[in-house]
Amino acid sequence: MRGARLALWGGFALVLALLPLGWRNDYYLSLLNFIGIHTILVVGLNLLMGYAGQISLGHAAFFGVGAYTSGILTATYGVNPWLALVAGLALAAGLAFLIGVPALKLRGYYLAMATLGFGVIVYIFFVQAQRFTGGPSGLSGIPALSLPGFTFHTPLRLYGLIWTATLGILALSAGLVDSRLGRALRALHDSEVAAESLGIHTQRLKLLIFVWSALYASLAGSLYAHTLNFVAPSSFDIMFSIKLVTMVVVGGMASIWGSLLGAGVLTVLPELLVVFHDFEVVLFGAILMVVMIFLPRGLVRGLLDLWEYRHFRRESGGVSG
Amino acid sequence: MSVAEAPLLMVSEVSRAFGGLKALEGVSFAVPRGVIKAVIGPNGAGKTTLFHLISGFLKPDRGRILFQGQEIQGRPAHAVAALGIARTFQLVQLFDHMTVLENVMVGRHRLSRAGLLAGALHLPWTRREEAAIREQAYGALELVGLSSRAAQPAGFLPLGLKRLLEIARALASEPTLLLLDEPASGLDQAETERLGELILTLKARGLTLLLVEHDMSLTMEVADEIAVLNYGRLIAEGPPRAIQRHPEVIAAYLGSDWQE
Repeated sequence: MRGARLALWGGFALVLALLPLGWRNDYYLSLLNFIGIHTILVVGLNLLMGYAGQISLGHAAFFGVGAYTSGILTATYGVNPWLALVAGLALAAGLAFLIGVPALKLRGYYLAMATLGFGVIVYIFFVQAQRFTGGPSGLSGIPALSLPGFTFHTPLRLYGLIWTATLGILALSAGLVDSRLGRALRALHDSEVAAESLGIHTQRLKLLIFVWSALYASLAGSLYAHTLNFVAPSSFDIMFSIKLVTMVVVGGMASIWGSLLGAGVLTVLPELLVVFHDFEVVLFGAILMVVMIFLPRGLVRGLLDLWEYRHFRRESGGVSG
Repeated sequence: MSVAEAPLLMVSEVSRAFGGLKALEGVSFAVPRGVIKAVIGPNGAGKTTLFHLISGFLKPDRGRILFQGQEIQGRPAHAVAALGIARTFQLVQLFDHMTVLENVMVGRHRLSRAGLLAGALHLPWTRREEAAIREQAYGALELVGLSSRAAQPAGFLPLGLKRLLEIARALASEPTLLLLDEPASGLDQAETERLGELILTLKARGLTLLLVEHDMSLTMEVADEIAVLNYGRLIAEGPPRAIQRHPEVIAAYLGSDWQE
């Protein structure tokens, strides 16, 4: 079991390493880079939504906090980019904690509304705080990340950086899901009362995973800022929060690989649909509807569920619940 | 009175109302160590409310609940569980999307300690802890006879096995006191008999049990002591034989033609 899993991860890492060799096209590499950044965001949101069952419609805000903290500190104040990245993480975690304490007492629609409200406030801040953020026209001149003697300024170099981070985040998240707290998260999703009755402090656990997923979003934001060398508020609006939720749902709730798939499909799809011009949005919506109608738990989860259903229904001779 | 002689659980003058409805009024009783105590009563007598008060899902309006000499009333459910009180639910509450084994592994939560990062990194010590959790969970499954189903998703089990799984999960948390909320409801006769055997096995292993039950034959067979609730009040308490003959109990609950 352990061996098979290591082989799977090794194979995935190998594919990632070989991909740019046969595909040295800057456009494709940039697209892959955005898939990587989106994957980090989606895995974090999936831990919160798919595993713990708590929705956030404000995740673009944490992404923005990371991006703007990195952008402002490096472009305006000349702070070391790596230090700025850490500052972004700290700020995002602090904000998530402050928002999470009251918001996570809410459930379902109410939690969605509370996080949505938070997302709107942060977005308005990005637009209005012109002195720091550059306002609606954005902030430019963000330097690239660099190591001594090596600057991540080409799509290929960024590919190496971003996908190393993405691979690390995927592995860390898979490890988390398959651990004591990962089980507690899934337990909380299925029955909060049963989880409480077994000594799980559900409120604290929700807060912990909310802060954790905000950290992922902030990391993705910093990588984003140093990839584009430019940030503008429109990248962190409500539509982007909704798009992230869609990536989680389409790829597969409670599935680490599903997050990668969801981020990949929904990052590539709009690019492919560009040829349909005005019909792009219509087709995009139609694809989402088809997935949701036939595989409501997403591509990866949905197919696994189908298999489980067939397999175990036969075995136990009946289905209840 | 020494600690060993003191009852494990003391419920003292506990009251709880929902709006104008007095679900429990001045209820007092004790659960001595190592016994099986049953709470019976007609529907709406306040049995489930009593369970929710003891396990921390509800707060009493008045009164005290002492577990091992400590006041626990009003503490949150996870804190009560941490003291060693485990429970099952009248409407089975399983983690349907997790496997049977994983359900029981969650039961080990309070006795293990891997945090977020240590758990995610699968450090050597957390790997050892995981292996121990797995082994102990498997042991609890064997005790209730579910080990052959370990890899199945819990949601697919038939109801009888779901109830057993809920008990196994509670047992995995190594409780001092186990609360069973109508464990036989929805079970057929053979399943109920198996449940009765399991309950007696648990008692033989030194566990103290408090159960709410509708199934009279099961209650009479396994219980050492019975407390009877009616309209939120305790109307009788004693060994099964005395309860069977108690006139108020017969009138309130069992019906005059119940006596064999």
